[in-house]
Amino acid sequence: MQRRVVIVGTGHAAAQLASSLRQQDWQGEILLVGEESQAPYQRPPLSKDYLAGERTADSILIRPAAAYASHGIDLLTGRRVLSIDRTAKMVALEDGQQLNYQKLALCTGARARPASIRGVGSPGVFYLRTLADVDGIRANISPGKSAVIIGGGYIGLEAAAVLRGLGMAVTLLELEARVLSRVCASEVSAFYVEVHREEGVDIRTGVEVLSIENGDGIRVVVCADGSRFPADLIIIGVGVTPNVELAEACGLAIDNGILVDEFARTSDPDIVAAGDCTNHPNELLGRRVRLESVPNAVEQAKTAAGTLCDRPVPYQSYPWFWSDQYDLKLQIAGLSEGYDQVVLRGGKDRQKGFVAWYLRGGRLLAADCINRPKEFMVARQLLARGLAVDPVALADETIDPKNWLS
Amino acid sequence: MPLIHYVEANGAEYEAEVPVGQSVMQGAVDNMIDGILGECGGVCSCATCHCYVDEDWFDKVGPPEGSEQMMLEMVPAPEPTSRLSCQIKVTAELDGLVVRLPVSQY
Repeated sequence: MQRRVVIVGTGHAAAQLASSLRQQDWQGEILLVGEESQAPYQRPPLSKDYLAGERTADSILIRPAAAYASHGIDLLTGRRVLSIDRTAKMVALEDGQQLNYQKLALCTGARARPASIRGVGSPGVFYLRTLADVDGIRANISPGKSAVIIGGGYIGLEAAAVLRGLGMAVTLLELEARVLSRVCASEVSAFYVEVHREEGVDIRTGVEVLSIENGDGIRVVVCADGSRFPADLIIIGVGVTPNVELAEACGLAIDNGILVDEFARTSDPDIVAAGDCTNHPNELLGRRVRLESVPNAVEQAKTAAGTLCDRPVPYQSYPWFWSDQYDLKLQIAGLSEGYDQVVLRGGKDRQKGFVAWYLRGGRLLAADCINRPKEFMVARQLLARGLAVDPVALADETIDPKNWLS
Repeated sequence: MPLIHYVEANGAEYEAEVPVGQSVMQGAVDNMIDGILGECGGVCSCATCHCYVDEDWFDKVGPPEGSEQMMLEMVPAPEPTSRLSCQIKVTAELDGLVVRLPVSQY
């Protein structure tokens, strides 16, 4: 019997894993199977230029669907996996088909976290995670009409920027006292609030949404403090939750994600996992993490491919992220969690940009770089090489950041 | 369709037909050439599509500008002909272009 890898999922990790297996000369079949109906596509544009209508669905495909076939990769889209039988080494699909495997890769990703708000299922109310979600949103975008965005994370803020650009009246409601509270220093949050207000977004923080009322064609977002926001379009962006159910049901170790080691191996030697769904060790950070990011999906998938091809290379990479809003390009190196000091470089200027460096005990943890690509690249190297920089120098614009690397 | 030659750091050579208007990065991703990652999808945010343009082709391709230039200064192992391949749009003139890929993109 021919060797076969079944990859569950069709996101960034799955697409990279299939490609890397072929590159590393995996001899045998590769099957990609997932419930979304499209070939693997890029998720970041969903809240950016795809939402804005500037790109087509075809143009955000990671590669054309035909490229999989021409590399001997079977792409089974629109097919949901129901269960995994690890003893029989068999994956059961919802449509009754059974796929046997020698090796299995779980790239199941994450899904939008359900909001505990009454009326979430009403028409005109959308999460923002999949192409189908965004197609639904796009059908409800109309200049002059009103949109309410629930959640002030990156997704909510990016969507707010796009909808303003398309001429909608936008209100953004955030439960916490400030936007981006989970990921940014208060200085950075304040800067983004200021920019969004300049652009005309009505941002309200410390607001708990209770329900969405839907009557006579008018939707109203109702908050705990009694405030009410009529809306033609409602978008909910309150985070994601990893898709671990398949792994859990077949008895793999789970703890805030599918537990894998530095080689992307799960607790079953024939099963690897990569991407948003995994909880993995990161030696550079000295702890386990579950990351929601494309770079993590891509790089961990490469590691998983190496493991399956008996060329194990440990996955060690500093996390990084990006977010585009208006004319602001935010690039984030590292994880700021646990910081005790924030050093600003530059004067919170939209054009010139600035950097927020995050330190703990004088050691660099992360950097938020707004329109500062050079500092971003330097920050990644500082982190990867464990180099220390005097916090006073980090703030000093007369010093070329390049000097810190020598 | 213009033919682009990709040479991996380990010497492996690939050639791919890349449509005019598409980026050299996308040509590599479409053809599953692993030495280019293109994590950000081509918006010049990640520098994981770094390549070295063959010296004979560099004048035709041209130098980097703006944020691409700033990021290239800081990639691992930059060279005088370094470019981010997501910013190189394929034209008929670039038929036969040779790019070499770095040992690592991160």
